[in-house]
Amino acid sequence: MATTVPPPAPAEEVLDRLERMWQSRPGVLGWVMTTDHKRIGLLYFWTTLVLFAAGGAEALIIRTQLIQPNQHVVGPATYDELFTMHGLTMIFFFIIPMTTGAFGNYLLPLMLGARDMAFPRMNALSYWVFLASGIFIYVSLFIGQAPNAGWFDYVPLASAKYDPGHAIDFYCLGIIFNGISSSLTSANFIVTILKMRAPGMSFNRMPLFCFAFLAASWGLLFALPSLTADTIFLFLDRNVGTHFFDVARGGSTLLWQHLFWIFGHPEVYILIVPAFGIATEIIPAFTQRRVVAFPLVAVAELLVVFIGFGVWAHHMFATGMPTVTVVFFAAATAVVVIPSTIQVFAWCMTFITGNARFKTPLLFIAGFIFMFVAGGLTGIMFLAVPFDQQVTDTYFVIAHFHYIIFGAAVFPIFGGMYFWFPKVTGKLYFELPGQISFWIIFIGTNLLFFPMHIVGLEGMPRRNYTYPSGLGWGPENLAESIGSYITTLGIVVLLVNLLVSYFRGAPAGPDPWHGATLEWTIPSPPPDYNFAVIPKVSSAYANWDYADREEDRRKLAAGIMVLEQGHEQPVSSPVDGWWSEIVEMPHDSPWPILLALAMGLVFVLLLVHVWLGALFALGVVALTLLGWHGEEPQVREA
Amino acid sequence: MPTVLAGCGGSQDTLHPHSHAAADIANLFWVMMAVSFGGLALITGLLVLAWVRRGRRGFGSDPDDPHPGEKPSWFVVVGMGVIFPLMVVIALFIVGDWAIINVTQAPAASSTDMTVDAIGHQWYWEFRYPGTKAVTDDEMHIPVGTRVNLVATTADVIHSFWVPELNRKIDTIPGQQNRILLYSNKVGVYRGQCAEYCGLQHAHMGMLVFVQPKAQFRAWLKQQSAPAATPTTGQQRRGEQVFLNGPCSSCHTIRGTSARGYVGPDLTHLASRTTLAGLTIPNQKGYLGRWIVNSQHYKPGNQMPDIRLTGQQLQALLAYLESLK
Repeated sequence: MATTVPPPAPAEEVLDRLERMWQSRPGVLGWVMTTDHKRIGLLYFWTTLVLFAAGGAEALIIRTQLIQPNQHVVGPATYDELFTMHGLTMIFFFIIPMTTGAFGNYLLPLMLGARDMAFPRMNALSYWVFLASGIFIYVSLFIGQAPNAGWFDYVPLASAKYDPGHAIDFYCLGIIFNGISSSLTSANFIVTILKMRAPGMSFNRMPLFCFAFLAASWGLLFALPSLTADTIFLFLDRNVGTHFFDVARGGSTLLWQHLFWIFGHPEVYILIVPAFGIATEIIPAFTQRRVVAFPLVAVAELLVVFIGFGVWAHHMFATGMPTVTVVFFAAATAVVVIPSTIQVFAWCMTFITGNARFKTPLLFIAGFIFMFVAGGLTGIMFLAVPFDQQVTDTYFVIAHFHYIIFGAAVFPIFGGMYFWFPKVTGKLYFELPGQISFWIIFIGTNLLFFPMHIVGLEGMPRRNYTYPSGLGWGPENLAESIGSYITTLGIVVLLVNLLVSYFRGAPAGPDPWHGATLEWTIPSPPPDYNFAVIPKVSSAYANWDYADREEDRRKLAAGIMVLEQGHEQPVSSPVDGWWSEIVEMPHDSPWPILLALAMGLVFVLLLVHVWLGALFALGVVALTLLGWHGEEPQVREA
Repeated sequence: MPTVLAGCGGSQDTLHPHSHAAADIANLFWVMMAVSFGGLALITGLLVLAWVRRGRRGFGSDPDDPHPGEKPSWFVVVGMGVIFPLMVVIALFIVGDWAIINVTQAPAASSTDMTVDAIGHQWYWEFRYPGTKAVTDDEMHIPVGTRVNLVATTADVIHSFWVPELNRKIDTIPGQQNRILLYSNKVGVYRGQCAEYCGLQHAHMGMLVFVQPKAQFRAWLKQQSAPAATPTTGQQRRGEQVFLNGPCSSCHTIRGTSARGYVGPDLTHLASRTTLAGLTIPNQKGYLGRWIVNSQHYKPGNQMPDIRLTGQQLQALLAYLESLK
């Protein structure tokens, strides 16, 4: 391993130099032009939190409408917009950007021992495109043209004939726009995970968190094109007069559903696998034990997404497909159970064989395991096709996927917010209010979602803006609505706790939990350059390899592996994590936000049918890209 | 808003089956639920065990072992995480997708005794009885102990035909003729509802299935096949004129008259029905009158405009409609 050895310099001076090399501009401009993965992660965090509040408010209005039979808090038109926007927001504008955008961005380079993502400017572009797409889709709500055909937007209900106006055009363009952001993020994550690992971090020494994000990124990258094609077809059908989905002209209604779910089912796993990754970092820290059966868990994280690509038609069992087709997809659905059960038992055995400390983050993970198993068991039920055909499109399904999505994706997000709060802010959160917030949320969500199983079995279909009083659905709905208010209270307690902790919390120090991975080796909050010395890695639990950490300190004093000569970052070989070269990383740049603005212009002009204008705006996009590539960073041979 | 119907007779509870198919599904559910509670209890037990043992080192391990309990844990992960769930899903697959599916899948054409066409509309159900002229809406009748081939189609968007106490649901897909078996060995009224989101009034797209003794059913079908009764009183005749000359006939059909619209339900035997507007309101004179002048109040967004009529016209129209037994 050939390294450049600069003349030894005192540590202080070296750190100063790194600081100058890596710091962002001061003020607002520093945020607008930033390429720092930590700043971008925080931007994602705050933006998705706002969108989470919007999606939550929509859910609360829905629950208030359904608190009693025959209520008229909102009319059917508004109700349809609310449940569509709730689904779109929570999936595309909260969970995906929160897990990948916020957690992934902030933490991946820190866990991999890198100084930034592989493509920092593309990373910034992902964020600005995401923000623009979020504004784009929410404008529709404020001008009374919000998407209203459900988040899976079946044709022909979503066709121009049955849904004139701009609502579905907002849906199509908003989803394509948002998909650009997710694709960029995924590509960036894949390259970062494969190439930016600290030298020595071969695949078997990579934290499980990174495996999870690798799986989710591959999944997104391969699933999104199907959705993009689908929404382009629909946009063309609606606005140009093609007949992809028009049965009368030789199109196919089910084509929409197949393409949608070829995206939609992997998507479900893409939502929860990053949460698995969060869990697999919190569990070792609070049990002081490596995750049991590490290789099996790593493979299971990848397999769950891979098999997830083969089960899409189980969303369509009631569409009258031939029995052979239906049974095939039922069998595939059975197979996808296995990687999930492997992980559940591995987590549980780690809890038991380790030295568990039930602090707030671990409580959320225990709650997550409970919710995931409950939702997973009802999921297994769906592989019995006749039962699926009986309860699909009822509240039983709503119960099932909220146990999965709220229980298995949002619980780990909350747990992760507590867990990494000290790292990001440098402050400790308050433990007792933390635990209280967990119990309120846990009780609230179960009261909110469990009765949905019962009311679904009693025959209540989903997406009804109201329901009659004689069918015995009243008590369950009342309980669900109360549960939604309790859940909201719990989330408020959580956020207030973190907010107060930010101002009043005790200093956390670099490693309050004795965490397992590399982010706990550096100060809290992390310096702009992340790692003063490119760390040595000889296991997936690098912070517990004390000899390696000692060596890092020696290297810093000797000025080895510091790379303070430029804005530099080592690149490693994909499988073995060998040192391969040093690259010069890009600096702050105005191009990402400008490019996102130009792309936003394209979508706005497409929405209002100014076709020539859209073409012109595409030209602006091309010019912006030209400017972007005018300043390329250099590769330096190691 | 004052409302309306309490269920309108009949329930739609998947766990109160009244047919072989629905009973198989319900029984399967009870077994799956018991097993699932077992699974959830096991996992909860493991988590509670971890909580009880909090602050202690791993099981029976040598204090110097850096990974206490790794080997036994592997056995648990492979045994309980791979082998056991594989056995469970294989068993479930055989029972659900090899045995029960024979009962719930589309029936072989030769195995049924009669056919009913169910046509989904925004937002009501139309039922036709091939071989007869009978057309009815929202309420269908079938004979007890008879295997009925139900053909589900749509006039517009995707709906889903679902009477949970008799069988699973089947979507109505444009361009497809989807079929399920409808069978009941018990006389009664069973409620159903559109189960696929189909627009503004998806919530008010209910239906009732009346399972009747065979003779009673034959009489009903004969009566439904006949054209509409001719008005007998002067009031009824005036009502018929209001219907035929006003906006009603452009959307509704009354067989035996010149009204042949196909936007809304066939009203030939309106008075023989117990409910109106997809089970939204009972079929009573007062409700019917308010529906005609103000249907947007009961079903906002439905295809029927509020009809402007004088008091006299409305009374005549109601007298006529009430006579359409």
